[in-house]
Amino acid sequence: MSMPFYVSPEQLMKDRADFARKGIARGRSVVAVQYADGILFVSENPSQALHKVSEIYDRIAFAAVGRYNEFENLRIAGVRLADMRGYAYDRRDVTGRGLANAYAQTLGTIFSSGGEKPYEVEIFVAEIGDAPEDDQLYRLTYDGQVADEHGYAVMGGAADVVAGHLAEHYVAGASLDEALRVAVAALGHSDSEDRVIPARDLEVAVLDRTRTQPRKFLRLRAARLAEVLGARGDERADEASPEDALAGSGPRHSGQDDPSDPTDQVSGATPPLEDPVTGEPGSPPTAPPVAPPVAPPVAPPADPPAEPTDPAAPGEPSPPAPQPPAPQPGRPPDPGTPPPAEPGQI
Amino acid sequence: MGDSRLPSSYMTPGTSSFADFLGAEAPDLLPSRRAVPAGAAGDLAPHGTTIVAATFDGGVVMAGDRRATMGNIIAQRDIQKVFPADEYSVVGIAGTAGLAVEMVRLFQTELEHYEKIEGTTLSMDGKANRLAALIRANLGMAMQGLAVVPLFAGYDLTADQGRIFSYDVTGGRYEETAFHSVGSGSLFARGSLKKLYRDDFDVEEAVTAIVQALYDAADDDSATGGPDITRRIFPVVHVITADGGRRMPDDEVAAIADRILASRMERPDGPAAALT
Repeated sequence: MSMPFYVSPEQLMKDRADFARKGIARGRSVVAVQYADGILFVSENPSQALHKVSEIYDRIAFAAVGRYNEFENLRIAGVRLADMRGYAYDRRDVTGRGLANAYAQTLGTIFSSGGEKPYEVEIFVAEIGDAPEDDQLYRLTYDGQVADEHGYAVMGGAADVVAGHLAEHYVAGASLDEALRVAVAALGHSDSEDRVIPARDLEVAVLDRTRTQPRKFLRLRAARLAEVLGARGDERADEASPEDALAGSGPRHSGQDDPSDPTDQVSGATPPLEDPVTGEPGSPPTAPPVAPPVAPPVAPPADPPAEPTDPAAPGEPSPPAPQPPAPQPGRPPDPGTPPPAEPGQI
Repeated sequence: MGDSRLPSSYMTPGTSSFADFLGAEAPDLLPSRRAVPAGAAGDLAPHGTTIVAATFDGGVVMAGDRRATMGNIIAQRDIQKVFPADEYSVVGIAGTAGLAVEMVRLFQTELEHYEKIEGTTLSMDGKANRLAALIRANLGMAMQGLAVVPLFAGYDLTADQGRIFSYDVTGGRYEETAFHSVGSGSLFARGSLKKLYRDDFDVEEAVTAIVQALYDAADDDSATGGPDITRRIFPVVHVITADGGRRMPDDEVAAIADRILASRMERPDGPAAALT
């Protein structure tokens, strides 16, 4: 029988916030920088297919970090909302503020509803006007908060470090080339070193008010980037990050399992608190640690779970196989069998 | 814009077609989803008339006259009937003007929506088929006299050439070679282009040929407007090449129209073709 637990609302919200923040911190950062002719977005993103920055409407762009499937959902909803609005009314009636509001309401509702897990995303919604002072840059967090940003903004994993670098080097009203160089340098900056990010690993897009077409969004390709950035010294790609979806690889854990942290998403290496079979408190594991304690295998060894080791059904007729010895919690497994795989790594 | 949470249908993965999404979400906004009382309604609304398109070496041009008629009345002198559909294609419309303009808006949104959701543009044939589906949905209205017949042209980046598609009211889609025309004056325009068209046109020659064709259409069809020299209203011309599409500036079209008018002062039937 399960007991309902009391969790204070403060603790519940804190846990949900920690959960979302952790998911976001795993990804690489996205930088948005205002320059003389619009707004520039830069991200380190080796994937050519999964974009972090995209077009929503004529003058509106979207950038996100966090869980791809979640922000992709939000992006598509934004495109639909904008196109619907533009079709039913007029193209000028689609505004970044309205879109930011819709996102804020959506994220806020999901965050505070008990039924859904909070979205592990952070979003920029940017809109350019006819002059730099009309440009708008909104930053939305996982809990639906909206912040109006000016000049530059950073979100994602190393946001603080990158923002610190930008705070030193950002110049208002810079040209696109200058703004791009500053933003790329900031993304490569960390406390220990300044890395040169290869041009092919950069995802760069602009909202450029000087474009003659009504749609002001433009992606800058690697060739153009290499030309603008010029020779910058030895390029070095970032090491693999949990957000890089490598074909054929299973889900990878980030960080260590910490049993004292309830929002931790890593588990497996720690033995359970009680023996799953007997319900007895588990004894401290002897080396090597095993979780869960298993019965030593008997013939046929390939089929240990089929053995009637369940103490709840002792009266059942046993199969012709010899009766196995009683389970001994904490006993190291038979050296002839591989240790059980960690859950989630199958 | 909406002040509340995004509707869950917006967040549901699925179609990348805006028309399909609109049909599920707000069907009353679809141009073809209107109930029209039984009976012919064709004389109630202005009709757009002649559209001409021709390919040339490296692209395609489309032009439309500026007249809309309601029976024997000229409803509008400067209507625009040729619209860019996206960066590499253009659509011209003949038939019920109100419905047609709305259908063009839906088609433009459809192409842009697909591009944004999928991150890539539709193929030229894909675009032509989407337009066919929109026309087909309008069949009920067409049978009551509110037909829309578009002409679609664009630059196919994979085939490296300009292509032209024509349609019938049931959504039939037909690829045309070299040149085509739709609308009330299309018979005369096509006859004219037959004699004028060459494979090796450059942009200016191609524009001259289709403006000549519109002149011939206006000459024999009362619903097609010729160049209006007193008001300086000239055909809308769109040129599409591998670099994208643009509307030809009015003064460039005016210069070509003025040259044609000058030569027609000498020979009102236009240039004479060789006999053999």
